[in-house]
Amino acid sequence: MDIRQFIQRDETCWEIKPFGAMRVPAIIYADAQLLQDMDQKVYEQLTNVATLPGIVEAAYAMPDAHWGYGFPIGGVAAFDPDQGGVVSAGGVGFDISCGVRTLHTGLQIDQLQPYKQALADALYRTVPAGVGSRGKIHLNHENMHGMLMKGAKWALEQGYGEEQDLERIEEHGCMAGADPHYVSPRARERQKDEMGTLGSGNHYLEVQRVAEIFDREVAKTFGLRVDDVVISIHCGSRGLGHQIGTEFLKDMAMSASQYHIALPDRELACAPLNSPLGKQYLGAMRAGINCALANRQIITHLTRQAVATVFPGIHLGLLYDVSHNTCKLEHHIIDGQKKALYVHRKGATRAFGPGHPDLPPVFKETGQPVLIGGSMGTSSYVLCGTKESEQRAFSSACHGAGRAMSRSKATKQWWGRTLVDELAAQGIIIRSPSMRGVAEEAPLAYKDVGAVVDIADRAGLARKVAKLEPVICIKG
Amino acid sequence: MNSKTIMPYWEHFEHGADIGIRGIAPTLEQAFEQTAVAMTAVITNPDQVSASKAVSIRCVAPDHELLLLDWINELVYEMAVHGLLFKRYLVAINDGILSATAFGEAVDRQKHQPAVEIKGATFTELRVYQQPDSSWVAQCVVDV
Repeated sequence: MDIRQFIQRDETCWEIKPFGAMRVPAIIYADAQLLQDMDQKVYEQLTNVATLPGIVEAAYAMPDAHWGYGFPIGGVAAFDPDQGGVVSAGGVGFDISCGVRTLHTGLQIDQLQPYKQALADALYRTVPAGVGSRGKIHLNHENMHGMLMKGAKWALEQGYGEEQDLERIEEHGCMAGADPHYVSPRARERQKDEMGTLGSGNHYLEVQRVAEIFDREVAKTFGLRVDDVVISIHCGSRGLGHQIGTEFLKDMAMSASQYHIALPDRELACAPLNSPLGKQYLGAMRAGINCALANRQIITHLTRQAVATVFPGIHLGLLYDVSHNTCKLEHHIIDGQKKALYVHRKGATRAFGPGHPDLPPVFKETGQPVLIGGSMGTSSYVLCGTKESEQRAFSSACHGAGRAMSRSKATKQWWGRTLVDELAAQGIIIRSPSMRGVAEEAPLAYKDVGAVVDIADRAGLARKVAKLEPVICIKG
Repeated sequence: MNSKTIMPYWEHFEHGADIGIRGIAPTLEQAFEQTAVAMTAVITNPDQVSASKAVSIRCVAPDHELLLLDWINELVYEMAVHGLLFKRYLVAINDGILSATAFGEAVDRQKHQPAVEIKGATFTELRVYQQPDSSWVAQCVVDV
């Protein structure tokens, strides 16, 4: 888009002053190149978000922002319930609490090399991935209720995981305030056989090598050294989250006029936080967050089982688990006053800095790990939250690279089989049930995640700690 | 050109992260059928799907656009819960009520090589309208 539409506030901060119905400014963190490459739709969507009732400070977009549904993907916006603030199903997205979890293996890359194929096969056999895959867990009514209320904590009670996993998950593995009564029978039906499945699209399980360390001290606290092997899982709340998103998006769109909300775009469908519909959505969405946390916990268990068949006796501990499609009640300082705000992060990662009370003791001095997933065959990054991120964008950072090319263009440009062979020649093993799916996720169909992360670092949204390179990728 | 001479067809259109589905046909009903074929084509080649199973679908909505949204979301639900893919569709629309039959079969990962699952239909680029030649267009972006 045309960067002349913006006022450049500093090296990485670009502002659109309020005009028309905008209540607050819109701010994008980027450099001139990333900004130019962004779709004009990001401008339109972000300025639309800035018109919503009760929005506080500004509507923000992260360096990886792209065209989304109402909100841009990479959008962050906080709302004050006392000022008529709203909650938006589009501001959370269809894949509620989609996120990334990274596990330590305790292995170094040279220990893995002779067993790479064996580990790829074991993971592919054990973790269900792709369209039509089903998990081995079948949820009855009681189990479903427990899962929706307690998230990863429920999974642990069922025998999937270890007690110490919980403190290394946002919300300590259990999102408070979930209300399963507002999760429809259809959402439950879509989920009952999908626990412990990766899904498809850009979701994956990846074995990675720590390729570079940027901050030695923090990396030490995070337990990362060059050539360490880690495993990252990227997935969300599966069919349950998708169905909650689908149903509430429509309900909110149809009831906006009842709440006297003028929507510049139907996709921005929202409801006042204090309204019955707003409360129902919050209850259901939080249950969706728990579903995602339980799902990643079960996949962690399956991953541990698979790894144990190749490396008996090794322990896979969590680095951290982050979500990037959420709306959460948080406390932030506005004009010197502590305020309770509902922060939407759509394709944006929470990035609490050092000393934040919600962090476990281990991360009190470093800030939380911020896990940025790459795409198949490209690097991922570990960052840490900063103090200044609080002022920059309610303690938020980017979540990934974002697509540079549509799926249909990608399938015209690449053959899945050829890509798998090319990546194999680079030492990266791909396992996927669909070669067309592989083509759609071609590494070059995505933007350069390195450029996005550099800007997040320079903008102070989060600080770079380590770079991870893929070794094995199980694609959904 | 009279719309009656247009053969019903479908196409995909660009969306940054996801994909747009569009059906174009002489009648509203056929446009809805074609949009649904475009949706199947997001997942797999519709020609690879056989039509051995029939599923009945009914939706009610206050306008054509919400009806399209419901129609696509009903299909997404049926595919997800019953592990199905659909090849073709037969749609009737009367007074805002859509009655349809979707013909397809169970997903076979070897045969269909499904690329991606659809999470839901969105309001983005959601439009149902008649062109000057009186043909109908029905479209939206689906989240994958």
